[in-house]
Amino acid sequence: MTMKFPISTNTITNTMHTSICTIKSESLTVGHGHHTIIDDLHLQLMSGDLLTLIGTNGSGKSTLLKTLAGLLPALAGSVSVLGSAPGSSPKRVAYLPQHPVSSHTLPLRARDVVAMGRYAHLGLFRRETATDRAAVGDAITRTGTSNFADQPLRELSGGQQQRTHLAQVLSRQAEVLLLDEPTAGLDLAGKHAVAEIIASERARGVTIVLATHDLQDAESATVVMLLAQRIVAFGPPSQALSDDNVRTCFGFTQPH
Amino acid sequence: MLAGNPFIDPFTSNEFMRHALVASVLVALVCAVAGTYVVLRGLSFVGDALAHGVVPGIATALLFGVSGVVGAVVSAAVMMTGVSVITRKSRLSSDTAIGLFFVGMLALGVIITSRSRTFVGDITRILFGELLGVTTSDLGWLLVALVIVAIVAIIAHRPFVLMSIDDGLARTSGFSVPFFHSLMLVLVAITVIASFQSVGTLLVLGMLIAPAAAGALVARRVSTMMLIAALYGTAASYLGLLASYHYDIAAGGSIVFVAVMLFGVTAIISAVLAHRHDDEVPHQHEHHH
Repeated sequence: MTMKFPISTNTITNTMHTSICTIKSESLTVGHGHHTIIDDLHLQLMSGDLLTLIGTNGSGKSTLLKTLAGLLPALAGSVSVLGSAPGSSPKRVAYLPQHPVSSHTLPLRARDVVAMGRYAHLGLFRRETATDRAAVGDAITRTGTSNFADQPLRELSGGQQQRTHLAQVLSRQAEVLLLDEPTAGLDLAGKHAVAEIIASERARGVTIVLATHDLQDAESATVVMLLAQRIVAFGPPSQALSDDNVRTCFGFTQPH
Repeated sequence: MLAGNPFIDPFTSNEFMRHALVASVLVALVCAVAGTYVVLRGLSFVGDALAHGVVPGIATALLFGVSGVVGAVVSAAVMMTGVSVITRKSRLSSDTAIGLFFVGMLALGVIITSRSRTFVGDITRILFGELLGVTTSDLGWLLVALVIVAIVAIIAHRPFVLMSIDDGLARTSGFSVPFFHSLMLVLVAITVIASFQSVGTLLVLGMLIAPAAAGALVARRVSTMMLIAALYGTAASYLGLLASYHYDIAAGGSIVFVAVMLFGVTAIISAVLAHRHDDEVPHQHEHHH
Protein backbone atom coordinates (compact mmCIF):
# COMPACT_ATOMS: atom_id res chain seq x y z
CA MET A 1 0.00 0.00 0.00
CA THR A 2 1.45 3.31 -1.02
CA MET A 3 -0.27 6.46 0.08
CA LYS A 4 0.91 9.99 -0.22
CA PHE A 5 0.32 12.46 2.54
CA PRO A 6 1.55 15.74 1.12
CA ILE A 7 0.95 17.92 4.13
CA SER A 8 2.21 21.42 4.14
CA THR A 9 1.79 23.07 7.50
CA ASN A 10 2.01 26.72 6.66
CA THR A 11 -0.95 27.54 8.85
CA ILE A 12 1.13 28.53 11.85
CA THR A 13 -0.86 30.52 14.34
CA ASN A 14 2.22 31.90 15.97
CA THR A 15 3.85 34.70 14.02
CA MET A 16 6.44 35.78 16.58
CA HIS A 17 9.07 33.49 15.09
CA THR A 18 10.22 33.18 11.54
CA SER A 19 9.09 29.69 10.69
CA ILE A 20 11.83 27.35 9.64
CA CYS A 21 11.45 23.72 8.68
CA THR A 22 12.57 21.54 11.60
CA ILE A 23 11.49 18.01 10.71
CA LYS A 24 11.28 16.80 7.13
CA SER A 25 10.77 13.34 5.71
CA GLU A 26 10.45 12.08 2.15
CA SER A 27 9.13 8.59 1.29
CA LEU A 28 9.98 7.60 4.86
CA THR A 29 9.33 4.00 5.90
CA VAL A 30 9.28 3.28 9.63
CA GLY A 31 9.13 -0.03 11.49
CA HIS A 32 11.10 -2.77 13.23
CA GLY A 33 13.25 -5.05 11.10
CA HIS A 34 10.99 -6.43 8.37
CA HIS A 35 7.79 -5.16 9.97
CA THR A 36 6.73 -1.93 8.29
CA ILE A 37 4.34 0.32 10.22
CA ILE A 38 4.43 3.60 8.34
CA ASP A 39 5.06 3.58 4.61
CA ASP A 40 5.98 6.43 2.30
CA LEU A 41 5.54 9.27 4.78
CA HIS A 42 6.02 12.81 3.52
CA LEU A 43 6.19 15.09 6.51
CA GLN A 44 7.18 18.69 6.94
CA LEU A 45 7.02 20.36 10.34
CA MET A 46 7.91 23.98 11.05
CA SER A 47 9.06 25.60 14.27
CA GLY A 48 6.14 25.95 16.65
CA ASP A 49 4.24 23.04 15.07
CA LEU A 50 2.68 20.25 17.10
CA LEU A 51 2.29 16.81 15.52
CA THR A 52 0.10 14.60 17.67
CA LEU A 53 0.33 10.84 17.16
CA ILE A 54 -2.80 9.03 18.27
CA GLY A 55 -3.26 5.30 18.62
CA THR A 56 -3.51 2.39 21.01
CA ASN A 57 -0.49 0.61 22.50
CA GLY A 58 1.51 -1.07 19.74
CA SER A 59 0.03 1.15 17.03
CA GLY A 60 3.44 2.49 15.98
CA LYS A 61 3.58 5.85 17.80
CA SER A 62 6.73 4.95 19.74
CA THR A 63 8.39 3.48 16.64
CA LEU A 64 8.02 6.77 14.76
CA LEU A 65 9.27 8.78 17.76
CA LYS A 66 12.30 6.50 18.17
CA THR A 67 13.09 6.90 14.48
CA LEU A 68 12.94 10.70 14.85
CA ALA A 69 15.15 10.45 17.97
CA GLY A 70 17.73 8.43 16.05
CA LEU A 71 17.25 5.31 18.18
CA LEU A 72 15.81 3.26 15.28
CA PRO A 73 17.05 3.44 11.70
CA ALA A 74 14.63 4.49 8.97
CA LEU A 75 13.76 1.44 6.86
CA ALA A 76 13.65 3.46 3.65
CA GLY A 77 13.39 7.03 2.45
CA SER A 78 14.95 10.05 4.07
CA VAL A 79 14.33 11.98 7.26
CA SER A 80 16.08 14.98 8.73
CA VAL A 81 15.71 16.71 12.07
CA LEU A 82 17.02 20.28 12.21
CA GLY A 83 18.71 19.75 8.88
CA SER A 84 20.70 16.64 9.72
CA ALA A 85 20.23 12.94 10.45
CA PRO A 86 18.09 12.03 13.49
CA GLY A 87 20.20 11.74 16.65
CA SER A 88 22.98 14.00 15.39
CA SER A 89 21.89 17.18 17.21
CA PRO A 90 21.62 16.02 20.84
CA LYS A 91 21.83 19.58 22.22
CA ARG A 92 18.85 20.73 20.18
CA VAL A 93 16.53 17.70 20.39
CA ALA A 94 15.12 16.14 23.58
CA TYR A 95 13.30 12.81 23.75
CA LEU A 96 11.04 11.53 26.52
CA PRO A 97 10.77 7.74 26.23
CA GLN A 98 7.67 5.84 27.28
CA HIS A 99 7.99 4.44 30.83
CA PRO A 100 11.39 6.03 31.47
CA VAL A 101 11.08 4.99 35.10
CA SER A 102 13.94 2.81 36.19
CA SER A 103 13.17 -0.32 38.15
CA HIS A 104 16.27 -0.57 40.28
CA THR A 105 17.22 1.58 43.21
CA LEU A 106 19.30 4.38 41.75
CA PRO A 107 20.93 6.71 44.27
CA LEU A 108 19.79 9.84 42.47
CA ARG A 109 17.66 12.69 43.76
CA ALA A 110 14.93 14.05 41.48
CA ARG A 111 17.05 17.21 41.07
CA ASP A 112 20.03 15.13 39.84
CA VAL A 113 17.83 13.35 37.30
CA VAL A 114 16.59 16.71 35.97
CA ALA A 115 20.17 18.03 35.78
CA MET A 116 21.10 15.06 33.57
CA GLY A 117 19.12 16.80 30.83
CA ARG A 118 22.01 19.27 30.60
CA TYR A 119 24.65 16.58 29.93
CA ALA A 120 24.10 16.95 26.17
CA HIS A 121 25.34 20.55 26.52
CA LEU A 122 28.02 19.80 29.10
CA GLY A 123 29.65 16.82 27.36
CA LEU A 124 32.17 14.87 29.41
CA PHE A 125 33.98 17.59 31.29
CA ARG A 126 32.38 21.03 31.17
CA ARG A 127 31.31 22.29 34.59
CA GLU A 128 27.74 23.43 35.25
CA THR A 129 27.30 27.16 34.81
CA ALA A 130 24.63 29.57 36.04
CA THR A 131 22.81 28.99 32.71
CA ASP A 132 22.62 25.26 33.35
CA ARG A 133 21.42 25.72 36.91
CA ALA A 134 18.80 28.24 35.75
CA ALA A 135 17.53 25.81 33.09
CA VAL A 136 17.26 23.03 35.69
CA GLY A 137 15.52 25.30 38.20
CA ASP A 138 13.09 26.53 35.57
CA ALA A 139 12.23 22.98 34.44
CA ILE A 140 11.67 21.91 38.07
CA THR A 141 9.30 24.82 38.69
CA ARG A 142 7.30 24.37 35.47
CA THR A 143 6.72 20.65 36.00
CA GLY A 144 5.75 21.03 39.66
CA THR A 145 8.75 18.99 40.76
CA SER A 146 9.94 21.48 43.43
CA ASN A 147 8.27 19.80 46.42
CA PHE A 148 10.17 16.56 46.00
CA ALA A 149 13.30 17.77 44.14
CA ASP A 150 15.61 16.68 46.96
CA GLN A 151 14.04 13.25 47.47
CA PRO A 152 15.65 10.16 45.97
CA LEU A 153 14.01 8.97 42.75
CA ARG A 154 13.22 5.56 44.26
CA GLU A 155 11.00 7.13 46.95
CA LEU A 156 8.81 8.93 44.42
CA SER A 157 5.43 7.76 43.12
CA GLY A 158 4.99 6.90 39.44
CA GLY A 159 3.46 10.29 38.67
CA GLN A 160 6.24 12.15 40.50
CA GLN A 161 8.86 10.19 38.57
CA GLN A 162 7.07 11.02 35.30
CA ARG A 163 7.17 14.75 36.18
CA THR A 164 10.86 14.41 37.02
CA HIS A 165 11.66 12.86 33.63
CA LEU A 166 9.60 15.51 31.85
CA ALA A 167 11.59 18.17 33.73
CA GLN A 168 14.79 16.51 32.54
CA VAL A 169 13.64 16.80 28.93
CA LEU A 170 12.68 20.48 29.39
CA SER A 171 15.98 21.37 31.06
CA ARG A 172 17.77 20.74 27.78
CA GLN A 173 15.93 23.77 26.28
CA ALA A 174 15.81 22.02 22.93
CA GLU A 175 14.26 23.17 19.66
CA VAL A 176 12.54 19.84 19.01
CA LEU A 177 10.72 17.83 21.70
CA LEU A 178 9.79 14.20 21.08
CA LEU A 179 7.39 13.19 23.87
CA ASP A 180 6.14 9.62 24.23
CA GLU A 181 3.00 9.73 26.42
CA PRO A 182 4.16 12.49 28.77
CA THR A 183 0.85 12.40 30.68
CA ALA A 184 1.01 8.67 31.49
CA GLY A 185 0.44 8.17 35.21
CA LEU A 186 -0.37 11.84 35.83
CA ASP A 187 -3.44 13.13 37.65
CA LEU A 188 -5.65 15.86 36.19
CA ALA A 189 -3.44 18.66 37.54
CA GLY A 190 -0.42 16.99 36.00
CA LYS A 191 -2.19 16.74 32.64
CA HIS A 192 -3.03 20.45 32.74
CA ALA A 193 0.58 21.24 33.57
CA VAL A 194 1.77 19.24 30.55
CA ALA A 195 -0.75 21.00 28.27
CA GLU A 196 0.52 24.38 29.51
CA ILE A 197 4.13 23.34 28.96
CA ILE A 198 3.38 22.21 25.41
CA ALA A 199 1.62 25.51 24.64
CA SER A 200 4.45 27.64 26.04
CA GLU A 201 7.17 25.61 24.32
CA ARG A 202 5.36 26.02 21.00
CA ALA A 203 5.04 29.74 21.65
CA ARG A 204 8.82 29.99 21.87
CA GLY A 205 9.13 28.20 18.53
CA VAL A 206 9.73 24.62 19.64
CA THR A 207 8.49 21.83 17.35
CA ILE A 208 6.77 19.06 19.30
CA VAL A 209 5.90 15.52 18.29
CA LEU A 210 3.60 14.07 20.93
CA ALA A 211 2.40 10.48 21.24
CA THR A 212 -0.79 10.01 23.23
CA HIS A 213 -3.98 8.01 23.35
CA ASP A 214 -5.96 10.92 24.65
CA LEU A 215 -7.96 12.57 21.84
CA GLN A 216 -8.17 15.83 23.79
CA ASP A 217 -4.42 16.27 23.34
CA ALA A 218 -4.96 16.37 19.58
CA GLU A 219 -7.39 19.26 19.23
CA SER A 220 -4.78 22.01 19.49
CA ALA A 221 -2.32 20.23 17.19
CA THR A 222 -1.10 21.52 13.84
CA VAL A 223 -1.33 18.02 12.38
CA VAL A 224 -2.70 14.78 13.74
CA MET A 225 -1.71 11.27 12.72
CA LEU A 226 -3.99 8.39 13.68
CA LEU A 227 -2.10 5.11 13.80
CA ALA A 228 -3.17 1.47 13.99
CA GLN A 229 -0.09 -0.41 12.73
CA ARG A 230 -0.61 1.82 9.67
CA ILE A 231 -1.66 5.42 9.05
CA VAL A 232 -5.43 5.64 9.46
CA ALA A 233 -5.59 9.41 8.97
CA PHE A 234 -3.14 12.25 8.68
CA GLY A 235 -4.05 15.90 8.49
CA PRO A 236 -5.35 18.90 10.44
CA PRO A 237 -7.36 17.89 13.56
CA SER A 238 -10.70 18.94 12.06
CA GLN A 239 -10.26 16.46 9.19
CA ALA A 240 -8.25 13.69 10.80
CA LEU A 241 -10.40 13.33 13.91
CA SER A 242 -13.58 12.28 12.12
CA ASP A 243 -15.70 9.67 13.89
CA ASP A 244 -14.92 7.13 11.16
CA ASN A 245 -11.18 7.58 11.55
CA VAL A 246 -11.33 7.41 15.33
CA ARG A 247 -13.43 4.24 15.15
CA THR A 248 -10.90 2.63 12.81
CA CYS A 249 -8.06 3.70 15.06
CA PHE A 250 -9.46 2.59 18.41
CA GLY A 251 -12.24 0.21 17.42
CA PHE A 252 -14.80 2.50 19.07
CA THR A 253 -15.70 6.20 19.17
CA GLN A 254 -14.31 8.27 22.02
CA PRO A 255 -16.37 11.25 23.13
CA HIS A 256 -14.54 14.46 22.30
CA MET B 1 50.61 -2.01 75.65
CA LEU B 2 52.22 -4.82 77.70
CA ALA B 3 49.49 -7.27 76.83
CA GLY B 4 49.63 -6.18 73.20
CA ASN B 5 46.80 -4.74 71.16
CA PRO B 6 45.05 -7.51 69.20
CA PHE B 7 43.59 -4.93 66.79
CA ILE B 8 46.88 -3.31 65.76
CA ASP B 9 49.72 -5.66 66.64
CA PRO B 10 49.13 -8.18 63.84
CA PHE B 11 49.90 -5.39 61.39
CA THR B 12 52.74 -3.64 63.22
CA SER B 13 54.71 -6.80 63.94
CA ASN B 14 54.27 -8.61 60.59
CA GLU B 15 55.32 -7.17 57.25
CA PHE B 16 53.15 -9.67 55.32
CA MET B 17 50.11 -8.45 57.25
CA ARG B 18 50.94 -4.83 56.46
CA HIS B 19 51.32 -5.66 52.78
CA ALA B 20 48.09 -7.64 52.84
CA LEU B 21 46.24 -4.73 54.45
CA VAL B 22 47.56 -2.15 51.98
CA ALA B 23 46.80 -4.48 49.05
CA SER B 24 43.26 -5.25 50.13
CA VAL B 25 42.49 -1.59 50.85
CA LEU B 26 43.75 -0.68 47.35
CA VAL B 27 41.56 -3.46 45.94
CA ALA B 28 38.65 -2.10 47.98
CA LEU B 29 39.14 1.37 46.48
CA VAL B 30 39.42 0.05 42.90
CA CYS B 31 36.30 -2.06 43.46
CA ALA B 32 34.38 0.85 45.02
CA VAL B 33 34.80 2.95 41.86
CA ALA B 34 34.21 0.16 39.32
CA GLY B 35 31.56 -1.58 41.45
CA THR B 36 29.45 1.57 41.71
CA TYR B 37 28.97 1.69 37.93
CA VAL B 38 28.61 -2.10 37.66
CA VAL B 39 25.81 -2.11 40.25
CA LEU B 40 24.10 0.97 38.75
CA ARG B 41 24.11 -0.56 35.28
CA GLY B 42 23.17 -4.04 36.51
CA LEU B 43 26.32 -5.62 35.07
CA SER B 44 27.04 -7.95 38.01
CA PHE B 45 26.59 -11.05 35.88
CA VAL B 46 28.99 -9.81 33.20
CA GLY B 47 31.46 -9.00 35.99
CA ASP B 48 31.14 -12.56 37.24
CA ALA B 49 31.71 -13.90 33.71
CA LEU B 50 34.84 -11.77 33.29
CA ALA B 51 36.19 -12.82 36.67
CA HIS B 52 35.91 -16.52 35.79
CA GLY B 53 36.90 -16.09 32.18
CA VAL B 54 40.42 -14.97 33.11
CA VAL B 55 41.20 -18.31 34.80
CA PRO B 56 42.58 -20.14 31.71
CA GLY B 57 44.83 -17.17 30.89
CA ILE B 58 46.29 -17.07 34.38
CA ALA B 59 46.65 -20.85 34.42
CA THR B 60 48.50 -20.84 31.07
CA ALA B 61 50.77 -18.03 32.24
CA LEU B 62 51.64 -19.87 35.45
CA LEU B 63 52.25 -23.09 33.51
CA PHE B 64 54.86 -21.31 31.39
CA GLY B 65 56.29 -19.39 34.33
CA VAL B 66 55.00 -16.02 33.07
CA SER B 67 53.33 -13.45 35.34
CA GLY B 68 49.69 -14.29 35.95
CA VAL B 69 48.79 -10.67 35.18
CA VAL B 70 49.87 -11.09 31.53
CA GLY B 71 47.67 -14.17 31.15
CA ALA B 72 44.78 -12.37 32.84
CA VAL B 73 45.06 -9.39 30.47
CA VAL B 74 45.01 -11.65 27.39
CA SER B 75 42.08 -13.76 28.52
CA ALA B 76 40.15 -10.70 29.73
CA ALA B 77 40.48 -9.28 26.22
CA VAL B 78 39.14 -12.55 24.78
CA MET B 79 36.27 -12.59 27.28
CA MET B 80 35.32 -8.96 26.63
CA THR B 81 35.25 -9.47 22.88
CA GLY B 82 33.19 -12.62 23.40
CA VAL B 83 30.76 -10.92 25.76
CA SER B 84 30.18 -7.93 23.47
CA VAL B 85 29.72 -10.15 20.39
CA ILE B 86 27.29 -12.36 22.34
CA THR B 87 25.33 -9.38 23.64
CA ARG B 88 24.90 -8.06 20.11
CA LYS B 89 24.41 -11.24 18.07
CA SER B 90 22.96 -13.90 20.32
CA ARG B 91 19.52 -15.26 19.57
CA LEU B 92 19.52 -16.84 23.02
CA SER B 93 19.15 -14.52 25.98
CA SER B 94 22.56 -12.99 26.61
CA ASP B 95 22.48 -14.43 30.17
CA THR B 96 22.48 -17.96 28.80
CA ALA B 97 25.19 -17.36 26.22
CA ILE B 98 27.46 -15.43 28.58
CA GLY B 99 26.94 -18.03 31.31
CA LEU B 100 27.96 -20.85 28.99
CA PHE B 101 30.93 -18.88 27.70
CA PHE B 102 32.30 -18.22 31.17
CA VAL B 103 31.81 -21.73 32.47
CA GLY B 104 33.56 -22.98 29.31
CA MET B 105 36.50 -20.68 30.02
CA LEU B 106 36.58 -21.85 33.64
CA ALA B 107 36.62 -25.50 32.52
CA LEU B 108 39.45 -24.71 30.13
CA GLY B 109 41.32 -23.15 33.05
CA VAL B 110 40.89 -26.30 35.12
CA ILE B 111 42.10 -28.47 32.20
CA ILE B 112 45.20 -26.32 31.71
CA THR B 113 45.98 -26.31 35.42
CA SER B 114 45.59 -30.09 35.60
CA ARG B 115 48.70 -30.38 33.36
CA SER B 116 50.65 -28.66 36.11
CA ARG B 117 52.38 -30.80 38.73
CA THR B 118 51.16 -28.54 41.49
CA PHE B 119 47.53 -28.66 40.29
CA VAL B 120 45.77 -28.12 43.61
CA GLY B 121 48.14 -25.35 44.70
CA ASP B 122 47.80 -23.48 41.41
CA ILE B 123 44.04 -23.67 41.08
CA THR B 124 43.59 -22.65 44.72
CA ARG B 125 45.89 -19.68 44.19
CA ILE B 126 43.94 -18.54 41.13
CA LEU B 127 40.49 -19.00 42.60
CA PHE B 128 41.15 -17.74 46.12
CA GLY B 129 44.18 -15.47 45.80
CA GLU B 130 47.33 -15.32 47.84
CA LEU B 131 46.86 -12.22 49.94
CA LEU B 132 49.54 -13.06 52.49
CA GLY B 133 52.18 -13.39 49.73
CA VAL B 134 51.71 -9.90 48.25
CA THR B 135 55.00 -8.19 47.32
CA THR B 136 55.91 -4.51 47.06
CA SER B 137 55.78 -4.68 43.26
CA ASP B 138 52.24 -6.11 43.49
CA LEU B 139 51.33 -3.05 45.53
CA GLY B 140 52.81 -0.84 42.81
CA TRP B 141 50.61 -2.50 40.16
CA LEU B 142 47.55 -2.08 42.35
CA LEU B 143 48.31 1.62 42.66
CA VAL B 144 48.61 1.87 38.85
CA ALA B 145 45.25 0.09 38.50
CA LEU B 146 43.65 2.51 40.97
CA VAL B 147 44.94 5.51 39.03
CA ILE B 148 43.65 4.10 35.70
CA VAL B 149 40.24 3.26 37.17
CA ALA B 150 39.97 6.75 38.70
CA ILE B 151 40.86 8.40 35.37
CA VAL B 152 38.27 6.32 33.48
CA ALA B 153 35.66 7.22 36.10
CA ILE B 154 36.42 10.93 35.77
CA ILE B 155 36.19 10.78 31.97
CA ALA B 156 33.10 8.61 31.70
CA HIS B 157 31.08 9.55 34.79
CA ARG B 158 28.28 11.34 32.91
CA PRO B 159 27.67 8.70 30.20
CA PHE B 160 27.94 5.94 32.83
CA VAL B 161 25.24 7.58 34.97
CA LEU B 162 23.00 8.19 31.92
CA MET B 163 23.41 4.54 30.91
CA SER B 164 22.40 3.42 34.39
CA ILE B 165 18.97 4.94 33.70
CA ASP B 166 18.67 4.01 30.03
CA ASP B 167 20.97 3.40 27.06
CA GLY B 168 18.66 5.47 24.85
CA LEU B 169 19.06 8.44 27.21
CA ALA B 170 22.85 8.26 26.84
CA ARG B 171 22.47 7.97 23.06
CA THR B 172 20.08 10.93 22.74
CA SER B 173 22.40 12.96 24.98
CA GLY B 174 25.13 12.56 22.38
CA PHE B 175 27.25 9.80 23.95
CA SER B 176 28.26 6.64 22.07
CA VAL B 177 26.72 3.74 23.97
CA PRO B 178 28.89 0.99 22.35
CA PHE B 179 32.05 2.93 23.21
CA PHE B 180 31.17 3.64 26.82
CA HIS B 181 29.77 0.14 27.33
CA SER B 182 33.11 -1.27 26.17
CA LEU B 183 34.92 1.20 28.42
CA MET B 184 32.89 -0.09 31.37
CA LEU B 185 33.84 -3.67 30.50
CA VAL B 186 37.50 -2.56 30.41
CA LEU B 187 37.00 -1.02 33.85
CA VAL B 188 35.65 -4.33 35.17
CA ALA B 189 38.50 -6.25 33.51
CA ILE B 190 41.14 -4.00 35.10
CA THR B 191 39.47 -4.49 38.46
CA VAL B 192 39.41 -8.27 38.07
CA ILE B 193 43.05 -8.39 36.99
CA ALA B 194 44.11 -6.08 39.82
CA SER B 195 42.19 -8.05 42.42
CA PHE B 196 42.75 -11.69 41.50
CA GLN B 197 46.03 -11.92 43.39
CA SER B 198 44.56 -10.72 46.66
CA VAL B 199 41.07 -12.21 46.80
CA GLY B 200 41.15 -14.55 43.78
CA THR B 201 38.91 -14.74 40.73
CA LEU B 202 36.15 -16.57 42.57
CA LEU B 203 35.81 -13.95 45.28
CA VAL B 204 36.58 -10.70 43.44
CA LEU B 205 32.92 -10.31 42.53
CA GLY B 206 32.12 -10.05 46.24
CA MET B 207 34.46 -7.07 46.61
CA LEU B 208 33.14 -5.53 43.39
CA ILE B 209 29.44 -5.86 44.20
CA ALA B 210 28.82 -6.07 47.96
CA PRO B 211 30.21 -2.68 49.11
CA ALA B 212 28.71 -0.83 46.12
CA ALA B 213 25.34 -2.53 46.59
CA ALA B 214 25.36 -1.50 50.27
CA GLY B 215 26.15 2.05 49.12
CA ALA B 216 23.24 2.00 46.66
CA LEU B 217 20.83 1.13 49.49
CA VAL B 218 21.91 4.01 51.68
CA ALA B 219 23.10 6.80 49.40
CA ARG B 220 21.08 9.52 47.70
CA ARG B 221 23.85 10.49 45.30
CA VAL B 222 26.27 8.52 43.15
CA SER B 223 29.33 10.15 44.74
CA THR B 224 28.07 9.21 48.22
CA MET B 225 27.44 5.66 47.03
CA MET B 226 31.06 5.40 45.89
CA LEU B 227 32.34 6.82 49.16
CA ILE B 228 30.25 4.38 51.21
CA ALA B 229 31.48 1.52 49.00
CA ALA B 230 35.09 2.56 49.69
CA LEU B 231 34.48 2.74 53.45
CA TYR B 232 32.71 -0.65 53.52
CA GLY B 233 35.45 -2.26 51.43
CA THR B 234 38.15 -0.84 53.67
CA ALA B 235 36.34 -1.97 56.81
CA ALA B 236 35.87 -5.45 55.33
CA SER B 237 39.59 -5.62 54.46
CA TYR B 238 40.66 -4.75 57.98
CA LEU B 239 38.12 -6.91 59.81
CA GLY B 240 38.63 -9.84 57.44
CA LEU B 241 42.41 -9.77 57.82
CA LEU B 242 42.12 -9.49 61.58
CA ALA B 243 39.83 -12.52 61.73
CA SER B 244 42.13 -14.38 59.36
CA TYR B 245 45.12 -13.70 61.65
CA HIS B 246 43.53 -14.57 64.95
CA TYR B 247 41.53 -17.60 63.86
CA ASP B 248 43.95 -18.89 61.22
CA ILE B 249 41.36 -18.80 58.40
CA ALA B 250 41.74 -17.91 54.70
CA ALA B 251 42.39 -14.16 54.28
CA GLY B 252 40.60 -13.56 50.95
CA GLY B 253 37.57 -15.56 52.01
CA SER B 254 37.34 -13.74 55.35
CA ILE B 255 37.43 -10.31 53.70
CA VAL B 256 34.75 -11.14 51.13
CA PHE B 257 32.61 -12.83 53.78
CA VAL B 258 32.76 -9.71 55.96
CA ALA B 259 31.91 -7.53 52.93
CA VAL B 260 28.84 -9.62 52.12
CA MET B 261 27.79 -9.66 55.82
CA LEU B 262 28.10 -5.86 55.98
CA PHE B 263 25.85 -5.64 52.92
CA GLY B 264 23.34 -8.03 54.53
CA VAL B 265 23.17 -6.04 57.76
CA THR B 266 22.79 -2.78 55.80
CA ALA B 267 20.01 -4.27 53.66
CA ILE B 268 18.10 -5.45 56.74
CA ILE B 269 18.49 -2.14 58.58
CA SER B 270 17.46 -0.06 55.56
CA ALA B 271 14.44 -2.32 54.94
CA VAL B 272 13.33 -1.91 58.56
CA LEU B 273 13.83 1.88 58.40
CA ALA B 274 11.96 2.13 55.09
CA HIS B 275 9.08 0.13 56.57
CA ARG B 276 8.87 2.48 59.55
CA HIS B 277 9.05 5.49 57.28
CA ASP B 278 6.13 4.07 55.28
CA ASP B 279 4.06 3.69 58.45
CA GLU B 280 4.69 7.27 59.58
CA VAL B 281 4.34 9.08 56.27
CA PRO B 282 1.93 7.34 53.91
CA HIS B 283 3.01 7.80 50.28
CA GLN B 284 0.93 10.08 48.14
CA HIS B 285 0.25 8.31 44.89
CA GLU B 286 -0.96 10.07 41.81
CA HIS B 287 -3.75 8.35 39.99
CA HIS B 288 -2.95 5.88 37.27
CA HIS B 289 -5.37 5.46 34.47
